[in-house]
Amino acid sequence: MKNKKWGLIILGLAIFVIAVTFPFWHGIGKSKPVPVLSLDTPLIAAMQNKKCVEDKAFMRANHMKMLNTWRDEAVREGHRLYTTKDGRVFEKSLTGTCIQCHSNKEQFCDRCHNYVGAKPSCFDCHVIPGEVKK
Amino acid sequence: MTTNRRDFLKIAGASALTLITPSILNPLWAKETVRIPGQDFTPAKALAAKRWAMVVEPAKCPEGCTDCTAACHAVHNVPNFGNPKDEVKWIWTEPFAAVFPGENHRYQGQSLQKMRLPVLCNHCENPPCVRVCPTKATFRRPDGIVMMDYHRCIGCRLCMAGCPYGARSMNYRDPRPFIARFNPDFPTRTKGVVEKCNFCEERLAKGIMPACVLACKEKALTFGDAENSRSEVRLAIDKRFSLPRRAGLGTAPQVYYIL
Amino acid sequence: MLEKALKGNHGYWIWIAGLLVIITIGIFFYMRQLDYGLGVTGMSRDVSWGLYIAQFTFLVGIAASAVMLVLPYYLHDYKAFGKITVLGEFLAVAAVVMCILFVFVDLGQPARVMNVLLYPQPTSILFWDMVVLSGYLLINIVTGWVILSCTRNEIPPPAWVKPLIYLSIPWAVSIHTVTAFIYAGLPGRDFWLTAIMAPRFLASAFASGPALLIVLCLILKRFGGFDAGAKAIGALAKIVTYALAVSIFLVGVEVFTVFYSGLPEHEASFIYMFAGLHGHHNLAPWMWTSAVLAFAALGALIVPAVRRREGWLALACIAVFISLWIEKGLGLVITGFIPSSLGAVTEYAPTGTEIAIVLGIWSIGFLILTLFYKIFATVRSGLDSTTNGSAANGKC
Repeated sequence: MKNKKWGLIILGLAIFVIAVTFPFWHGIGKSKPVPVLSLDTPLIAAMQNKKCVEDKAFMRANHMKMLNTWRDEAVREGHRLYTTKDGRVFEKSLTGTCIQCHSNKEQFCDRCHNYVGAKPSCFDCHVIPGEVKK
Repeated sequence: MTTNRRDFLKIAGASALTLITPSILNPLWAKETVRIPGQDFTPAKALAAKRWAMVVEPAKCPEGCTDCTAACHAVHNVPNFGNPKDEVKWIWTEPFAAVFPGENHRYQGQSLQKMRLPVLCNHCENPPCVRVCPTKATFRRPDGIVMMDYHRCIGCRLCMAGCPYGARSMNYRDPRPFIARFNPDFPTRTKGVVEKCNFCEERLAKGIMPACVLACKEKALTFGDAENSRSEVRLAIDKRFSLPRRAGLGTAPQVYYIL
Repeated sequence: MLEKALKGNHGYWIWIAGLLVIITIGIFFYMRQLDYGLGVTGMSRDVSWGLYIAQFTFLVGIAASAVMLVLPYYLHDYKAFGKITVLGEFLAVAAVVMCILFVFVDLGQPARVMNVLLYPQPTSILFWDMVVLSGYLLINIVTGWVILSCTRNEIPPPAWVKPLIYLSIPWAVSIHTVTAFIYAGLPGRDFWLTAIMAPRFLASAFASGPALLIVLCLILKRFGGFDAGAKAIGALAKIVTYALAVSIFLVGVEVFTVFYSGLPEHEASFIYMFAGLHGHHNLAPWMWTSAVLAFAALGALIVPAVRRREGWLALACIAVFISLWIEKGLGLVITGFIPSSLGAVTEYAPTGTEIAIVLGIWSIGFLILTLFYKIFATVRSGLDSTTNGSAANGKC
């Protein structure tokens, strides 16, 4: 097909393909280590029975959904108490429950979030005790 | 409002002390220097009511007193932007003419004209703010408290236009740099959402009375269940003339003033 | 047909470039607003709605005014409007897009805008506003485009377009009524709590919208080679005149009710608007300008000879547009908050950032309008150059 603009078209297509496949070729050869989360906080150290609200596998997969559910149930319905699978009772609160033990946000929460590029807006409001300023 | 740092810290400290009330009642818990969530967790008995209401007796307020404001703002991480444009306030005082414009007249007594009355969200029974909110970010609980869900608010400010009492504040900027001292047990808000008094519902859930009520040394604020004829609020308004703000609007406010 | 917007003369491209520059500046300032918060505007705790919502309110009226072309033509066979109904529909599209953008930039948490659809609250008029505006946008894009395509190909439009056009007539009235209800249903704001809010909105919409349309038609005649015809322009001018008269009458009626009854809370807002309160009189010069322009325009438009002279007509229409933009935009929205619920007078003045964003969005609207009208002008000049233009007048 004889078309005066053929050169431009090919150039445009090439730029498009390079741009669209950027995430695939950009990190080739480099590897980022899987983050190791630190559980070294005063409260966790003081715990006899080091158990989170639920087990690790469940929390890794579901903590986001669980926190959203807690948010709606605690704020909108006033049901503040959560009973774990093995019968322990916790308050449904990011600040009041999760962050009390996991008070090292940068060495715990942020490590995985930065690795996968997740930017949860929770911390815009939910204060970390150790971060109390002034 | 003007207060010096000493007074502010005194109030904040006094309010913070009230938070350990459950541990005083539960000696087992009080023994732990570190509270681990979930372990030996005895949930405090929440305060419940059919309709939460407040009675305000402004005649008891000392001149220039801002104890209720300081306590509330400290407990709830309310920012102080330092200018009236961006101002965020949950409870504060206003002159009589501003609070009861329809009931004022030229010859009203000097003591009343000079009086400053605490004003706050009235937690109306028929709230216009709830009616107009497009996302149900503000909603009315069955026990009468008009709640804010800061996660859902889109910051459209229709509730601020709808409120007849000017009770609501918008976070026109990020509030965190303007919070003098964080209360770690209560979240802050973020820029772009509207906030207001919540009748300390998070404290009621733990069995504690609202911060302003406990902070008032003169007992000018009474809080209780308006549906319970033997509650403190009902006893307070039973024998004296009480007035809610702009009663004719049909919003049925649940804050009653005894003048 | 979109490619027709890409061919234009020097002046056309300079205009487009200028609009793009203003849009880019607006985007830059919006990024600043996203970063800092709405505090970059002049809005405050007392005056919590400002220029953005004022523009939204005014532009919903402009969008609704398309009905003033559609109704006479489709319901009453007023043939003179046959060629220009699409102009009204495209104006509606541009105006509704601007409305949506103004609401969007006014949100404190714009990322959460979908919450309105995810958690609908049927008692909230804002929810219904979103519904009716989106519907209106869709109707007008579809009908405008289809009618223009059929006109260009000189075929009658498909049968399904007609019910859609009929639907757009009550829908246009509804979008502006719903917007008026946002204000008129708030018990705490005496200035807005009047049943006359919806009729006022509609009257000023039907004056300002067609006024803008007349000016746009005159521009199209001068630069786009398309003549709407003296009959169509004349009819539009009469619509503007009557609507303006009704609009002024309705304001007058409000002034009477407020001042004859003497209710201080109602009077306060009007006094602020025209004379100032407690030494604050930011808005007074604007309102007097609006009043003078309105009466002057009405006085001019009442005279048929003036309506027939394009220069005077254009001036009068611009006066109507500016007058109603001030009255409905600034006057109505800002004054609702003054005095505040606690009797305080907090004045409002827009900031530079706010104005930049407002101009950016107006430029987006004008860009959309320019592109659509360019397509229209090209199609029409293509048609009018053939002898058989009359068969393609779109009557189905």
